[in-house]
Amino acid sequence: MNFLKYIWLIPLLPLVGCFFNGVFGKRFSKVTIDFFALGSTLLSFLCSVGAVWQLSRLQPEERVFNLNLFEWIPAGVALTAHGFANFSIQWGYRLDPLSAVMILVVTGVGFLIHVYSTGYMAHEHGPHLGGYYRFFSYLNLFMFSMLTLVLANNFALMFVGWEGVGLCSYLLIGFYFHKKSAGDAGKKAFIVNRIGDAGFMLGMFLIFQTFGSLDFGTVMARAAEAPIEVYGSVGVLTAIGILLFLGATGKSAQLPLYTWLPDAMEGPTPVSALIHAATMVTAGVYMVSRTSVIYTHAPTAMMVVAVVGGVTAIFAASIGLVQNDIKRVLAYSTVSQLGYMFLACGVGAYFVGIFHLMTHAFFKALLFLGAGSVIHALSGEQDLRRMGALKNKIPKTYVTMLAATLAISGIPPFAGFFSKDEILWQAFSSEYGRWWLWLIGVVAALMTAFYMFRLIFLTFYNESRVDPEVEHHIHESPSNMIVPLQILAVLSVIGGFVQIPKFLFGGFDGFERWLEPVFKHPATEAGAAAVEHASLGAEAGLALFSVVVALTGIYLAYRFYYRPSSAPDRAMASAKPVYTVLFNKYYMDKIYDALFVNRTKDLGNALWAFDRGVIDGGVNGSGWFTRFTANVSCWWDKWIVDGLVNVVGFTVKMLSYPLRILQTGFVQSYAFLMVLGIIAFIWLYVLR
Amino acid sequence: MTLPQVPILPILPELILTLFGIAVMLFDPFTAKPHKSWLSSLAFIGVLAALAGNVLLLAAEGEYYNGMIIVDSFSVFFNFLFLIIAGLSILASRQYLVREGVNHSEYYGLLLFATVGMCFMGGANELIMIFIGLEITSISTYVLAGFRRTDLKSNEAAIKYFLLGSFATAFLLYGIALMYGATHTTHLSQISSALLTGRIDLRLVLAGTALMMVGFSFKVATAPFQIWTPDVYEGAPIPVTGWMSVGPKAAGFAAFLRVFFVALPALDQKWFWVLWVSSVLTMTIGNTAAMLQSNIKRMLAYSSIAHAGYILVAFAALTPNGIASIMFYLLAYSVMNLGAFAVISAWSLSGERRVTIDEFAGLGYRQPWLAAAFTVFLLGLTGIPLTAGFTGKFFMFRAAINSKLYWLTIIALLNSAASLYYYLRPTIAMYMREPGESGRTSAPQDSAPLQISMATKVVIAVSVLAVFYLGLFPSTILDFAQSSAFLVH
Repeated sequence: MNFLKYIWLIPLLPLVGCFFNGVFGKRFSKVTIDFFALGSTLLSFLCSVGAVWQLSRLQPEERVFNLNLFEWIPAGVALTAHGFANFSIQWGYRLDPLSAVMILVVTGVGFLIHVYSTGYMAHEHGPHLGGYYRFFSYLNLFMFSMLTLVLANNFALMFVGWEGVGLCSYLLIGFYFHKKSAGDAGKKAFIVNRIGDAGFMLGMFLIFQTFGSLDFGTVMARAAEAPIEVYGSVGVLTAIGILLFLGATGKSAQLPLYTWLPDAMEGPTPVSALIHAATMVTAGVYMVSRTSVIYTHAPTAMMVVAVVGGVTAIFAASIGLVQNDIKRVLAYSTVSQLGYMFLACGVGAYFVGIFHLMTHAFFKALLFLGAGSVIHALSGEQDLRRMGALKNKIPKTYVTMLAATLAISGIPPFAGFFSKDEILWQAFSSEYGRWWLWLIGVVAALMTAFYMFRLIFLTFYNESRVDPEVEHHIHESPSNMIVPLQILAVLSVIGGFVQIPKFLFGGFDGFERWLEPVFKHPATEAGAAAVEHASLGAEAGLALFSVVVALTGIYLAYRFYYRPSSAPDRAMASAKPVYTVLFNKYYMDKIYDALFVNRTKDLGNALWAFDRGVIDGGVNGSGWFTRFTANVSCWWDKWIVDGLVNVVGFTVKMLSYPLRILQTGFVQSYAFLMVLGIIAFIWLYVLR
Repeated sequence: MTLPQVPILPILPELILTLFGIAVMLFDPFTAKPHKSWLSSLAFIGVLAALAGNVLLLAAEGEYYNGMIIVDSFSVFFNFLFLIIAGLSILASRQYLVREGVNHSEYYGLLLFATVGMCFMGGANELIMIFIGLEITSISTYVLAGFRRTDLKSNEAAIKYFLLGSFATAFLLYGIALMYGATHTTHLSQISSALLTGRIDLRLVLAGTALMMVGFSFKVATAPFQIWTPDVYEGAPIPVTGWMSVGPKAAGFAAFLRVFFVALPALDQKWFWVLWVSSVLTMTIGNTAAMLQSNIKRMLAYSSIAHAGYILVAFAALTPNGIASIMFYLLAYSVMNLGAFAVISAWSLSGERRVTIDEFAGLGYRQPWLAAAFTVFLLGLTGIPLTAGFTGKFFMFRAAINSKLYWLTIIALLNSAASLYYYLRPTIAMYMREPGESGRTSAPQDSAPLQISMATKVVIAVSVLAVFYLGLFPSTILDFAQSSAFLVH
């Protein structure tokens, strides 16, 4: 079977699952719902594996497969900077090494999370609850949208997926819609994303205006021929890059549009794992990597990406240091890790960004699912201050989460070490890199190790602070939740071996070579040459240093949280203002409320006041006049109009009386009337 | 000895319907009473088979049997229309017949035979064939109108329709005879060419035309030959009324259009003014009288007169677009009216009680779906946008405007606006009045939960969908109608 020809099945299958569960799910048993939801996702995963395997059989430079299914929007000819261009959008898919990585991550991790959800959401199934089928229908719709996003071969179709995942995110954040906070969080996510989407759309318009096409292949080929813009100037490519990146900051929760992601934790935990950690939020990174040619030709835009990524990484990590909700810690960690990925892209190391995207998908999905397992065990408790000493009560969850924590902290040989270390190395040594970008990354890494082990110590060690009511309910999760955890734990351990730095065992650059055809163009080759001269020793030294930094973070967390001691309290007391600022997330939500949300409301109020003062004033003034004229027209109505209406009614009645009289019911008179009609006809025809 | 080769394809739908009609009647004595409903299923299958046969006709265009029958897209369109009407009517009748205790298979047999006659009227290319088709239809209809044999009103309807119908048919036949006397042919296009030679007695032709128009006007119930309609429609069984108001009327228009546009185009300035006057009278009488009715069947009878008047507006346009819009409108009107009668049949009680407008009070709360569907049909009949009634009227009035018939169109629009008054009365009763407000006390069994059979539900659902489909996506049907209208014109 030629899987490449059937890549359209990969997004279609989850859509079929979505359809069946969404339309008929209410009457399905749990097994049937599982069958459609999991079956479609598993088949989609298998199709992806088959397609990618066949892609890998091809020569590296031939690894682009385009499949145009049909012309979706034929809109005719438009004048662009590239001359007259035919605005025609295909519903087409593109499989190349980049989208190959993405579909494997999306379908693979997605399937595991589907399996996990059958356990986590099981209590939602029931005739009167009805949330179960709705959940899986949304989840499958998300899979369809995400796969459309990564497989699209043009910007417009990508935008369909982009909006689709946004919609599903909204639906799933607000899954428990009877909770006001969940509904509000859904709306917040949707509205904040709108701002980014406006940037995406403007970028898309500018791309068509500049290149006369929205097809990835055409745009990239034409962009590769464009001259590289001067660093510090804003040319058209820089403008495109920054506009697209604005879209990415919305979807991937970067400064300044990150505020929705922590609130998005109102959704069910599997949703947080799939959408708000492993896949959807990485769409921005994917998009920047997909358009790497444009960024490489716009150094200013790259610097923007790198700085925003780096600052977000350290900013979100610092908030994560002091949060008490287990999912919020992970949410800020996600924002921070996404910052790392953008940092990598911003310094021109796109393959490392994707590499970290992949490893992060493993260990962050695992962390969320593990957190879900903890919450499950504690009957819904999410506050770290009411956990503790769970290590022996839920050992499997503990072991898998520990693996993920070591991975995210960057301890070798776990997956996160390889990807994070490569990011730091590229930030330091790349042509676009800066020593201070590296420093930001290292400080963020220190914080990461600290807050993650704080989470581990507070959850699993120490004495139990669990509510006694809950205490005796504590139980390990069922196997359909644990097995996905274990698979992801294995991936978190070995996932980094696809790309090993040179100083370890001679190195292995399989992942870089796999993605090379996507990111290789004349402009990047110059950059690559610059990296070569950096020494192997420096790379090894920096790697060692970052490991030491991570261990320091772990040690600090151990000092503060492993044993009950007064150390953390003393530390907090001495740095009370800092703590307060961090605990309140730099007051960013309040600032946004004050600057934008309330100003928007003020605008509404002002318009309302204008309405009340000016317009209503006019209305009242005219009210008097109206009353006056009303009296006049009342008289007019009463005597003239009603008179006319009554005349009409009277006429109708008068007209219908003869009709009634004619309608005697006697056949004889009917026949007589017909004879009169016949005479009339004959007269009209013959005699007239 | 070799038998002459007779092509059966040109009359395949008619043959299928006849065979199934005979089969339904033959099986009746061998079917136990509780199982009689399967005979209606058999009749329905017959309609489906005839629909399939009709598809084959598309590939067999031409004149057959010495020019007596013509197969063109005009006749195929009308065959489709008649078969759809027959199918929906069969489904809509099942529950009613059982409830009224008249579940005899003759009903379905007659319905199929009447449809055979209607198909002949659409496909006839010659006056005698038209007459035969019309007679087959009429005789079946007379019997169907009196199908509730024990009910006086039903009997009255049948006998009135029979007497007056025979009377009118006689004039049609007399007209045909005069036409033959003048032109020495009954073949439509030969009449047309005979008229162009100028060597014929024009007075005979004109008298023949007048008398033929009398016959057709009676069939389609336009003024001044609409007088029988209210009494017959009120007395006939509800599903029969629904069927009569669309089926034989559409067949009458099919023959009316073909005869006048194929055989008599040379005289169009003569008959144009008769149409004009008849149209104004028909619309106005229909709408004015409908306003005063309290029985919903009678109200819809007058409404059907008014609709025939609107159709004459497009007829008077004398253009292919006018013909096409009439074809489209007949389809639109058929689904709206059949749906409305299906609702009435579902809501009425045995013995045809509960058929006054007042008795629809509170239906909106007791049967929200039924009331919503009824509202859709009534709004469609008014011609509110998004419904088939709007697009249909729009195309017809546009055809009239294109032929510069401004006054006629204005009168039609005023009439259409006035019709809202009576079409909204059941809606207001359904949603804004409490049951029993009118002072009638209802028997205890009347408030029993309503049982609506699956077949009736299907008819109502299909009609609602069709009303919206034709209202939103009219182009497929209209394009087909337009291509066939050019053939006739």
